[in-house]
Formats: sequence, structure tokens, C-alpha cells
Amino acid sequence: MTLSITMTVNGDRLALTLDDPRTTLLDLLRDRVGLTGTKKGCDRGQCGACTVLVDGRRINSCLALAAAHDGSDITTVEGLAQGDDLHPVQAAFIAQDGFQCGYCTPGQIMSAVALIAEGEAGDDPERIREGMSGNICRCAAYAGITDAVREATRRMQQDERRSA
Amino acid sequence: MSDVIPMPVGPAGGHVRLGSNAGQSMTRRDGIAKVTGTATYAADNRPDRLLHAVYASASIARGRVTFLDTAAAEAHPGVVMVMTPANRPPLAIHPDEKVGMFGQKIEALQDDGVRYAGQPIALVVAETLEAAAEGARLLAPRYEALPPRIDIDAQPRFEAETVGFGFPAAHAVGDLEAGLAAAARVVERDYVTPAQYHNALEPHAIVAEWQGDRLIIDTPNQAIVMMRGVFAAYFDMPEENLLLRSPYLGGGFGSKAAVWGPQLLVILAAKALGRPVKLALRRDQMFGPVSHRGATRQKLRLGLDAEGRLTALEHRAAAVGSSFENFFEPAGRASENLYATPAMAMSHEGIRIDTGTPGAMRAPGEASGSAALESVMDEAAFELGLDPLEFRLRNYAETDPATGNPFSSKALRECYAQGAARFGWAGRPLQPRQMRDAAGLLTGWGMGTAIFPAPMFQATARAVLRADGSAVVETAAADMGQGAWTSLAQIAADGLGIDVSRLEFRSGSSDLPDAGVAGGSGHTATAGSALFNAGADAVAKLAELATKDPASPLFGAGNAAVVARDGRLMLADDESRGEAYEDILARAGLDLIEGHGKGVRGEAEAQSRAMFSHGAVFAEVKVDPDLGQVRVSRLVGAFAAGRIINPKLADSQLKGGMIWGIGFALQEEAIHDPRTGRPVNADLAGYHVPVNADVPHVEAITVHEDDPFVNTLGVKGVGEIGITGTVGAIANAVWHATGVRVRRFPIHPEDLIG
Repeated sequence: MTLSITMTVNGDRLALTLDDPRTTLLDLLRDRVGLTGTKKGCDRGQCGACTVLVDGRRINSCLALAAAHDGSDITTVEGLAQGDDLHPVQAAFIAQDGFQCGYCTPGQIMSAVALIAEGEAGDDPERIREGMSGNICRCAAYAGITDAVREATRRMQQDERRSA
Repeated sequence: MSDVIPMPVGPAGGHVRLGSNAGQSMTRRDGIAKVTGTATYAADNRPDRLLHAVYASASIARGRVTFLDTAAAEAHPGVVMVMTPANRPPLAIHPDEKVGMFGQKIEALQDDGVRYAGQPIALVVAETLEAAAEGARLLAPRYEALPPRIDIDAQPRFEAETVGFGFPAAHAVGDLEAGLAAAARVVERDYVTPAQYHNALEPHAIVAEWQGDRLIIDTPNQAIVMMRGVFAAYFDMPEENLLLRSPYLGGGFGSKAAVWGPQLLVILAAKALGRPVKLALRRDQMFGPVSHRGATRQKLRLGLDAEGRLTALEHRAAAVGSSFENFFEPAGRASENLYATPAMAMSHEGIRIDTGTPGAMRAPGEASGSAALESVMDEAAFELGLDPLEFRLRNYAETDPATGNPFSSKALRECYAQGAARFGWAGRPLQPRQMRDAAGLLTGWGMGTAIFPAPMFQATARAVLRADGSAVVETAAADMGQGAWTSLAQIAADGLGIDVSRLEFRSGSSDLPDAGVAGGSGHTATAGSALFNAGADAVAKLAELATKDPASPLFGAGNAAVVARDGRLMLADDESRGEAYEDILARAGLDLIEGHGKGVRGEAEAQSRAMFSHGAVFAEVKVDPDLGQVRVSRLVGAFAAGRIINPKLADSQLKGGMIWGIGFALQEEAIHDPRTGRPVNADLAGYHVPVNADVPHVEAITVHEDDPFVNTLGVKGVGEIGITGTVGAIANAVWHATGVRVRRFPIHPEDLIG
């Protein structure tokens, strides 16, 4: 059984033929589209390493069936930087050492991008920590992650004010 | 902190050089790769014609497999191979033999026996991951099951012959009984620690591809060249025909310094099928064949005189291992080197249960042992009516209690002082349950001492200075997140006397010089020394050229009078006289100059001084008096670990270790079903590790420490010490908040109420 679906992934419109309806969005991205930046840490929605944005919302892509996302607009970690210009969240993760091994980092970064867009946490470290707690970092770079989200939030607010 | 490191270089010897790179808080050199998703972890490799493998796991803990529905699995569309003990191709070495220094018996379908739940019992290979997963499910194994021996306290104990990786199981100094008899007070307590699983966020993975008689494997590994040798031995092939690539590890924590059965099966499948094969373990499979920290039962006895000085220290640990292998958590060793005592005795018993074999997990022995030692020290301090910090200072060891040797350096007093000041320890009430915060939560303060050995292993490195003044250095180091790509490059650049931006650092692959193991907190010291010496060897050769060349401004200076910095050789006493590397090489008509270096500690140094990192950890906890929920509201650690190469990355390492202490104290434990022997929480929803909200405030101070003895770099190590001290500090804070002493880790809310 094959299914034809279309998706916009990081701005590119893709026509995909799914030869297996069991394929998750995570495995589709990694194995079929070839975007291996998104990571598989648990395959059951418990660690957050597979976090991507679907129509602007952060989700665990390991819990999403690819076939259920016909027509979706998906952003992965590969879609954040503009050429050599890092997204402010990416730059802040480097500056604040918000990672060690880097395996959870794509998920952390996508989660942070969405958290900032959600506008619920602002500059409050306690709310940032809560909002980032769906993403496990076994190296425990949590202090750096929280600082990175705060730094990126401030920078993005400044950029917004400047362009307003 | 001074950046000057006196450094004998090469056979010529005698250079003194300013370290312009080490000591700087550089960001990670692999940072951009990691934040853009371009860092390639093992499972990210997708060679052409790739097949996917999934293994089936035993659902019993003891017995044998009597039936596998291989026909059903083979009939599933896309399945190309079902490997079972009946058809598994041969290995050159039986999986029950041990290979190499860290070798253990492993499970690679050698027979139909099952010795623990989660053991691989078949491998299914298919065109897609989905088909492989379904094929594995269709095997529907049947078993002849024996009752699992899983209840730790129901199993017999025996004297362990060795603990850890072959360490002596017992050690005594002085007359313990006399020390106890002389004591004004004896404090005796028992502590329990659970089985814990590494759970690196990257599950173990391998992509194996044969090209004729050459084998290429992408698999995360903490000891790249050593494990190439182990893999090669299982396949009876020359090591040079095997390429092991491990540029990025998604965390290791000890579990990736080994070869495991499933990896061998994938390599066999790739050979049999003539196509590359990939396997990534499921999260539940991370609770089976890839090691863990074994549970312990520990008894400590302290003999104390009237002033609170130790007259005797006894630490007896029973460590839980598997039914078929001998790795026992060396918990008692944690007490050997910390507090001054005229008599001590440490010993270990073994207990066998039907589980996978334990192994090294971040601070193996020290983490479990320190949890118990720092708890009993706190209990003793309270009985004596002493502040816990004052009690530790009274028992401060000026020399190593285990050997009587001097310490190579020990700034623990400064750690106590700086940590206590930063935390605000002064004024802590001695009695528990005295403090509440504005929200009515019980508040408690506790502390613990941290200690971890500063070992060195063996490493080699190569450094090449090029005609344009840039350089390339090579060593097969492993960066599992600790920052080897960065800090080792900083050291290498200093060895070469160039700016780190001009350095190409080749690492993470088995075709490079052996960097030893990234473990034991010794990687920076070992591989760093090799890199530094390789660079210094190249510079010494360059200096030889210059000082013997009449056209050089350094002519006649002699090697010892020359310093190297910023790509220039200069007179030590007149830096205006010198020239660039490029000019020396150009005049000599050379494209490059090559140096080699080793990193190894001399036997005499190792025997004559005790080498440890030290630290002091202070914890504040808030406990809900009704619900027993514990939150670590503040953690402050002060650590003396020799020379810090990259303060930013060392800070992250130390904090990471301390947060592992939160997990140990309050969260992490694998629970086995007594009926089936299966772990019931083999996932990240049930096996709790700290998340961001669990870590409101953690601070790591590094205390200045010069150590001329550990190695020429003065580097000790920071990878594991953070977890020691912290577990006890948190447990002691929980007691201080509640008045309830919990001696079974992790501390549960229900322990604190009712």
C-alpha cells in the first residue's frame, strides 16, 4: 500500500510517496527526506529529542504518523539558520554552552523556538525551565539551556523593536 | 591564574612557553555542527543500500528460548534475514570469553539460554525499520522459564575476588578493631543504593559496512583505537582493515567504552547480506545488554574519639552483579582516600541476580560509596553536636590515609571555605526541621565532600606544522560531550605555540594515533599530554633548525633559551628577537615538520604521590511537609581539579555531574518485577532523570590549584567528581529539612511523610 502526501519541510514543498503507512514523521524526516538533524532518543514521546515544529507548534515527531501530516508545514533544526547566519536561539545555545554531547540539542532548540513564540515564559527562568522540561538533557546542560533561552528571547525582542 | 607552564619539550628539552589558548573560555568548536543538526552521530549515517536491524529481547530473566516463529518473521514483506542461535554465523572468539582490558562476557546469540530480561534472542534485518520491527514482533518467542533470582536481599553473598575492573576487593590500614575499641563513640549505619542505567540520550547504535575484507563501522565509542582491536579480534581480522568512526557520541557515561553483543550481530549480518546494516537500540533495550550501575548494600562504621576525630573507618559493601560475570561496584573504595584515620578497612561482597552485567557508570564506585560515606559523616557530626563542615575539617587528611603518601596537590580546605561562603553556610542550625521558607516549605541545608582520582592512561598523538604556519594534530580522542574537540585543541595549540584558530584537529576515528579511553576523568590529562608533547616535539625540531642556522636571528641561542608563541620562536629574555615558523621552514626548504608525543604517567610519580581532585558541595532543599516532595533549590559546589583548560566547558561538566547527583539522590532507580525479573520502568517516563525544572540553581566554583606532579599540564579532570559529594549533600539537606534520615536511595516522598 502506498500513500502520496505533500509536505512543506523547511520551506521546500515535497511530494512524498509513503510505501509504509506505519512510518512516523520522525523516521520519514530522517530516513526518507534525509534530514537527520532531528534525533530519536526514545521513540515514545518521553525525551523530546525529536521535537519539530508542525504548523508552528512543537510536537514530538516520533509520536506523529507521517501519513497524518499530509499538507503540514514542518520546520526542523536544519531550517532555522539563514545560510551562515544562525537563528538567535542557535547562537545563544553556543554562547551559553546550552549543550554537551549535542544529541538532545536539535530538540531543545526547536522547543525553545516554539516556547519563545508561544510568549508564555518571557524572561522568567522558572517558567522557561518548566516550558523546557519536555526535553531531557542527560548531560544536564540545563543551566546553559535556560540562559540561552533568556538570551535569545531578549535578542529577538530587540530585533523586533528595531524592525518595528 | 597564571598561564605559564614550565615544559620540557622533546629530547632537546627546556622550553618555557606561555599558554595563550589553554585557560580560555572558548565556545565549542563543534558548536555550529551541533546547533544546526549537521553533526553526524552513528545512526545518522545512511550509506546506499542500507538495511535496518531490530533485535528481539527476552521477556524472561532466566531459562531458555524454546521456539521462535522465524517463518512468520521471514514471511513479512521487507524482511531479508532472521538471525537466531541456530543460524548465527561464527565469531572468532566466543562471546563468553573476555577480550581486552574492559572485556566482559557478552550476549551474541551463542546459544538458546536466557540469563537476563532484555537479552538479545534474535536479530531481524529488513529493507525498512518498520518491517524489521514488525518482523521482530512476529517472532513471538516461547520459553522454558526458571524462577528469576531478582530479590537482592534473598540471594547469598560471597567474598568478591576483585571489584570494578580488577581492583582488590579488600584493603586495610592499621588495626580496625583497636581503633574501634579506642573510640569514645561508634556510629554504625547501613545504606542502600539501587540499580541505575546510563541512559545516554543517544541509544547505542551501529552502521556496519563491509568493503571486501575491509570493515567500516560507525558506532559511538569512548575508546576508539582500543575497541577497534576488540572488534577486530571477534572477526579475526587485521586491525588496519577495520575503520571505527565515532566523531560524535550522544553521551557515553561509561557504557560506550565497550563492545556489546548486538554490534557483533549487525557486523555479521552485514557480511552475510553483502549490504550495510544499521541498528539503533530502542530505549527499553538500553536497560539490558549495555551495562548499568549495580545496586549496593553498604555498612559503614566510624570510630570517634571525644573530640570527633576518627579512630577507625570501616566500609563494607555488598555489590550486585550478574549471574555470569564479575563486575562489582567498588563502592568501598570511595572511603579510602578522604578522611584521616589511623585504621581503616574496606571490603566487598558480591551478590548475583539475573540481570545484565553492571559496568562503569559515571564515577563507578565513588558515586555509590560517597553517597553512603557522606551520609554517615553527617549522622556522626549530629551525634557529636558538631557542624558537619567543622567535623570534616577535624578529620582533614594531610596525607593519603590509604598509603601515607603526600597528595600531589589538595586545595580541599579552600573548596570548603569558598563553597561555604558562596552558599552562606554560616549560621546553619545544628538541629533539623528548624527552617521554613515563606511558602511554608521545610528547608534544609546539607553538605558533602567530593573526591575523585586523577588518573592517566596511555595516549599518542601526531602534530604537523605546515609551511604556512598552520598545523594539524591527530589523535583518536572521543568527545562525548565533555568538550574534547575544544579543550584538547587548546592544549595542542599551546604545544605548538600557535593560536588555536590556526589548528586543524583530527579526531574521533580509529585510523589516528591512540588517544586512550575517554573515561575515568583522565582523557584531558592523557590525550592532552600526548598532544602537547607532540606539538612541543615539532617545535623543538623547529628550534633546532633555527638556532643552528646562521641566517636566523636565533642563531646560537640554544634550544633552552627559546620560547614559542603565536607562531613565532623568540629569545626567552628578548622577545623582540625571533622569527615566524613560516620563515624557518621556508629557509630550510621544508613543507612541514612533524612531531610525536605520548601521554603517560611515570611509574615513580604514580607510586610516590596520591593524585585526586577534591571538592565541597552544599545543597539546599525544600520539602513539602504534607506531600514529601523534595526540590533541590540550590546547589553550590567548589572544586579543585588542577589546571582548568576551558573554564566554560569545565563548568558545564561539573554542573552536569552535580545534577547527576540530584538524579541519584532523588530520582534514578530501575525497579524489577519480582515475578518476571523484568525492569518495569525501562523507559524515560518511568526511569526518572533530572529535567530542567528539577534544577533551579546550580553553581560550580573552580578553586585554583597548581599541581606540578600529576602531569606536565597540571591537569586532573572534572568529568565525574561532580556526582560525588552531591548525593550525600542532598540527603543530608533532606534530613536537615525534615528530621527524617533516609538511608535508601533514591529518597522517595513517602519516606518523608506519615
